[in-house]
Amino acid sequence: MMAFAATTAFAGGYRVSLQGQKQLAMGHTGVGVVQSAEVLFFNPAGAAFLKDRFNFSVGGNGLFAKTRFQNEANNWKASTENFGNPFEIYASYRATDWLTVGLAVYTPYGSAVEWDKNWVGANLVNNIDLEAVYIQPTISVKINDQLSIGGGPIYVTGGVELNRNLSRSLNENEVPLGENGNPAEVTIRAKNVTAWGWTASMMLNPTENIRVGVNYRSEITMEARNGSAQFNHVPAFAQGTFSNTTFNADLPLPAELTAGFSVQLTDKWLVALDYNVAFWNVYKNLTVDFANNIPTSVNPRNYKDASTYRIGAQYKPNQKFAFRAGYYFDESPVQDGYFAPETPRNDSMGFTGGLTYQITPKLGIDASFLYLHFKETTNSYNYTAEDGTPYSFGGTYKNVVFSPGVGLTYSF
Amino acid sequence: MKKNTLLYLAILAAAGFTACEPEFEHNLTDADYSAGEADFTRYVAVGNSLTSGYMDGTVSRIGQTYSFPNQLAQQFKIVGGGEFTQPSYADDVNNLGGISGLPGFNTRLIIDAGAGGPEPIAGTSTVTLTAQQKAYNNMGVPGAKSFHLLAAGYGNPAGLALGLANPYFVRHATSPTTTVLADALSLNPTFFTNWIGANDVLSYATSGGIGVDQTGNINPNTYGGNDITDPTVFAGTYTEIIRQLTLNGAKGVVATVPNITSIPFFTTVPYNPLTASAIGDGDATVGLASIRRANAQLYGPLNQILTAFGQPDRIHLLSETDANPLLIKDESLVNLGPQITAAAAGNPATAPFATILGQIYGQARQATAQDLVLLTTRSVIGEPPPGIPAPFDTFGVAYPLQDQHVLTAAEVTLVNNATTNFNNAIRAIAATKNLAVADMNAILNQLVTGLRTSDGQIYTADYFSTAKVNTVLFSLDGVHPNARGYALVANEVIKVINEHYKAKLPMITAGYYPGATILPSN
Repeated sequence: MMAFAATTAFAGGYRVSLQGQKQLAMGHTGVGVVQSAEVLFFNPAGAAFLKDRFNFSVGGNGLFAKTRFQNEANNWKASTENFGNPFEIYASYRATDWLTVGLAVYTPYGSAVEWDKNWVGANLVNNIDLEAVYIQPTISVKINDQLSIGGGPIYVTGGVELNRNLSRSLNENEVPLGENGNPAEVTIRAKNVTAWGWTASMMLNPTENIRVGVNYRSEITMEARNGSAQFNHVPAFAQGTFSNTTFNADLPLPAELTAGFSVQLTDKWLVALDYNVAFWNVYKNLTVDFANNIPTSVNPRNYKDASTYRIGAQYKPNQKFAFRAGYYFDESPVQDGYFAPETPRNDSMGFTGGLTYQITPKLGIDASFLYLHFKETTNSYNYTAEDGTPYSFGGTYKNVVFSPGVGLTYSF
Repeated sequence: MKKNTLLYLAILAAAGFTACEPEFEHNLTDADYSAGEADFTRYVAVGNSLTSGYMDGTVSRIGQTYSFPNQLAQQFKIVGGGEFTQPSYADDVNNLGGISGLPGFNTRLIIDAGAGGPEPIAGTSTVTLTAQQKAYNNMGVPGAKSFHLLAAGYGNPAGLALGLANPYFVRHATSPTTTVLADALSLNPTFFTNWIGANDVLSYATSGGIGVDQTGNINPNTYGGNDITDPTVFAGTYTEIIRQLTLNGAKGVVATVPNITSIPFFTTVPYNPLTASAIGDGDATVGLASIRRANAQLYGPLNQILTAFGQPDRIHLLSETDANPLLIKDESLVNLGPQITAAAAGNPATAPFATILGQIYGQARQATAQDLVLLTTRSVIGEPPPGIPAPFDTFGVAYPLQDQHVLTAAEVTLVNNATTNFNNAIRAIAATKNLAVADMNAILNQLVTGLRTSDGQIYTADYFSTAKVNTVLFSLDGVHPNARGYALVANEVIKVINEHYKAKLPMITAGYYPGATILPSN
């Protein structure tokens, strides 16, 4: 499974909202929508109301993220282009009239940023690659035609790799002005980190055409233990201190609460609204604790809880086609002064669209796209220290994210 | 029909967005910067070691690339600045610096982590005096004083043995008779920096004040290498240099002379390093015994004698608990040698040493905070002076440090007066030509308490310590900046240019530039 879990880029923080082709096309709404196995992610309780006994959805996105950076005072310029491919697999089976079981595999968190090696912010990050796959068995219990509950455990497996320079000036050799030489650097790598969490949800259908849903996904802390810390190009005199070792670090995947509803306006039109809050305030510091005598590296993050507001619509003119569109506003959890180039994202607006073509009544092909629009932002990270004194690194950042996706839905 | 339209729209949108690039509202380009009223087409830097890129006690091939003028020139290029050339150090193949075959021109200083201190890097200099006979944009000549820039023959190899020529200028002088300034002007500069004058006072200070304050003597040909230049000579020379530099309308920046209290060479070794532990070479018990013995046999009797002659403050007993001052020789004191000898002869305990006591301690006193102990004296303290028998054979403890080891309070005053005079002259002369002034004295003085750069990092005049690898600004000679320090200097000059000439040049962030070379062994 890990072999396919190639990395993904993100929206707020390192959260990636790309968990279903149909729902992504509708602004990634879905806590109050029941139309495919994607509901296992958006609201497991809703699976109880799926009209087919067996539902299967699979899909993936190509995620293209481009970031540019400039600083006018210093004449600095840099850019990075990154690719990720988040995916999702959902299957549900109605075992009895009141009980539906399901399995969901998806990639809600991830980040891949690779700046030009030894760029001006290299002592913060040269590249980062963070991946997490959620595997979530669920049960959904239909209490009556108006109410269902659902949930299940979540098993997460993932890894992280981060490379950065040790300082702005430490180099293996003497280097003439204008040349990079071999800056001293560290790579920390942790693979196959696993953790457990859970999800719980409910769905209420107050009328035949309205569905209301609430979904909660717990915080999961990825506890990297005995990861490898590898130092390169350390000048000879410092090699005694900066020698290869292992490290421990905790990376939180924050809890997320979603509430929303959908309204079937007519036979052909469905609209949905979601509100998410991701409890990012758990991410206070990225603390890397080395096994040897290297001082523990504490990198303040001080994220804040972040909300997302989503709206989507679906138009089904006939049995062959469905067309979808949506919009969302995604708040960044990053606060002023903590804007680090490892997650150089600010508030964004997502524009989505997509369609389904039913090849047969049972088999449909889904397509979606997402365009994330970021306003340019001038911000800095003020908590990197050299010789005990923090200094500031910043500039103006501008991002564009585009992500087309395809999927298949099969149900009977 | 409707469904097809939607389909096409979706495909079109997808294709359109794929092509999307992040675009800034204002995309930063070189056009965002400007030279203002300045013209950097031909930039020439004149000065001394501080202009040449001298660091760690020498000019080396790589160190030279970090000279502040070369760093400036890289920024100038963005706004129309031309090529910037520096004297060739291609012969410094292994980046050792020094000058081959010349005593005192050692290889560059490095920190030997094994030995713990700065020392010349192992190897033999390959820098030769081969005449390059070329005028370079960087005309900084290490060791040059103000009047040397106008001195014909300063680059004549025949003058080296006589001390009339400078080996650094010999390497690139266009002819044996040319002057530094003439070679600089041959490039027809449109813009210049002039940071000359430091050696007119600093060579006196770094030699511990063994030279003479030549105030009143207006003939620089009679000056010794470690003398302080007469202020009238300095002002006249400086006026002439500026007159010639500005003759064709060139604009420029002049820089003031840094005060010695901002230079680690004078501030690193404390006047009172003598704790019991230090005296005992790390063993406080041994040190305590030494202190008691010294008080009983030397400091006590000397204090009694000096008190009798009305000088009780010259030498006090050593404290067993606090850090004690160094013993120094102060030539400005009345020599009480004969009196000491006579008094010592009258006491059976000191009688055998009466003559030598008078010779050694006639002008001795304990140092105070007003005396500045030179960085180079650190390796002398506690060592045996040549030809001096026990128990007087420890410099600074039993035997006074000599004139060349310490800048005494009286000498500090001479240095400060000269620095003030020179800087007043520099500012006044610059004003007559409306030149920008980079007040390096004021800027470097901030290092005493900590200079905060725009990114928030704080730099001080701390001499090298391993805890400050990333923030040390001075090279291992304790006088000259390192690459990072020159970056800070260049940035300060940029600020002055931006302000005075309404230019917009990008800043230089010192934090990205290297500090000392540290080797595990040498």
